[in-house]
Amino acid sequence: MPVARAADIVGTVTFKGVPPPEATNLEIMDDANCGSMYSKPPTTHFYVVGTKGEFGDVVLSLKDADGKEITGKSTGSDQPPAVLDQKGCLYTPQILAVQTGQKLLVRNSDQCVHNVHDVPKVAGNVERNEPQMPDGKDLTFTFQKPEMFLKFKCDVHRWMFAWVSVFDNPYFDISGTEGKFTIKNVPPGKYTIVAAHYKAGTQTQAVEVADKDVTVNFTFEAK
Amino acid sequence: MDKKCKENDNRWLHRFAVASAVATFLLLGAGGLVTSHEAGMSVPDWPNSYGYNMFAFPISKWTGGIFYEHTHRLWASAVGLMTTVLAVWIWLRDSRKWMKWLGVAAFLLVIAQGVLGGLRVVLIDADLGIVHGVVGQTFFVLMCAIALFTSRFWQKVSGQKLNVPRSLRILVMAAILLIFLQLILGATMRGQHAGLAIPDFPAAYGQLWPDTSPAAIVRYNAESTNPDAITAFQIILQMVHRLGALAIFICVTTCAGMAWRQLGRRDPLAKFAFFWLALIAAQIGLGAWTVLSNKAADIATAHVLVGALSLVTGALWCIISFGRSVKSPEVQNETYGAIGNFAANKQ
Repeated sequence: MPVARAADIVGTVTFKGVPPPEATNLEIMDDANCGSMYSKPPTTHFYVVGTKGEFGDVVLSLKDADGKEITGKSTGSDQPPAVLDQKGCLYTPQILAVQTGQKLLVRNSDQCVHNVHDVPKVAGNVERNEPQMPDGKDLTFTFQKPEMFLKFKCDVHRWMFAWVSVFDNPYFDISGTEGKFTIKNVPPGKYTIVAAHYKAGTQTQAVEVADKDVTVNFTFEAK
Repeated sequence: MDKKCKENDNRWLHRFAVASAVATFLLLGAGGLVTSHEAGMSVPDWPNSYGYNMFAFPISKWTGGIFYEHTHRLWASAVGLMTTVLAVWIWLRDSRKWMKWLGVAAFLLVIAQGVLGGLRVVLIDADLGIVHGVVGQTFFVLMCAIALFTSRFWQKVSGQKLNVPRSLRILVMAAILLIFLQLILGATMRGQHAGLAIPDFPAAYGQLWPDTSPAAIVRYNAESTNPDAITAFQIILQMVHRLGALAIFICVTTCAGMAWRQLGRRDPLAKFAFFWLALIAAQIGLGAWTVLSNKAADIATAHVLVGALSLVTGALWCIISFGRSVKSPEVQNETYGAIGNFAANKQ
């Protein structure tokens, strides 16, 4: 009897309508260190939407069929570290996802001091506030508890922020600029797939994985 | 001659007390700017600054949020020093026992405030930041009270027996309590970043009372460029703060009206009550402007400062009214009164 193999869940996330306007960051231009890196003020980029509605920076993850967190499946300690960089006095990427126990390296690629301050809301994830000099060593963070959109900020440059989602399993991905995602090697079974955007909200769908890839698409609409 | 020297000395003591109170007010502004610029954690260590002795931290490194936090710490050190000098001066030169202990209280409170600020940083505790903000304004009230008690004005007031009706004094105390509660609410809002939870004024999301259903919260977050997620709790907090402002306005208007009727329009306390009302009106305007300016740092800080002035004005009004109304043998026999009588007899 053939044994069912793990399969991928693939799909596309799109945004329908006109996304809300972004804010212009004027404050960055007043900073002697940061302003010199820009010819014009950058904007926020909460909504990464392509010309055909491709919606990036959406966090796709799996829960069980009843909508509960899948826990105890983390392979984080075996994974290469994720990297969060500070470049142009902005965090890059703005949306990141890691597993519990996986290292997150925070790097300072700027020639000015930043302080790296994570603000977890889940007990068990530790809040830290560390200075990081130009050309300084990478700072290493690990989180032990699942948490969605754990905020990283810089208190020296208050416009800098990033959000890291932490999962206790490897079944997640973030949609790219073309809106596409792939959740790899999902064991056969019934699940709830969750699409979460920091501003646009959360959607869920039921999905069943057998022994071939499954396609699930999401569409977010302007409110 | 000794008495004249003592009178001059105490006049200088009063001047120093006033200078200390003004310095404290400026420190409140510096602290307000720290929170308004979200720079409270921009210097991650304390009492050092990025490993440097605080007083040796190079000016070239005072960039971004570090500028606000570090200058706040330096100014706080200056206020701490002034408070210490003031406490020692009062202990040595003021004959009133209660006044000596008031100076000690100011010294202890400024130390506590400094430690609170430091602990907020080393423990990364935002709640301590809220306590630090509230204690700072309480300390300001204490410093202004000391300035009042060291003044010749206070000698005159405590020598007069122009009674302020008890009902009016109680209403003023109620208004002060409301303002203090409003201060705690405001500090909590700033700590929670709830100032931008409602982007419009006087309506709230276009309504008298905003929709705080989960669907509405999702909609608000979708449209907001605030990096912090808006929650129903934050919206309700701001609405309670707005209602608190209305309650304070009604209360202080009533106080001013009662003072006018019961004390007469020429009475300084009646005029002072209307000054208080003007401050409250200005504070409401600044609160609205803070929202409409998308929480501009200078406007939000001005709102903090006028709030502090509102609190201290009510407190001083209350102290003066009790000074006029309450018979106190200690007040009548204290040295200032004796010196004043002596100087008057000499002339």
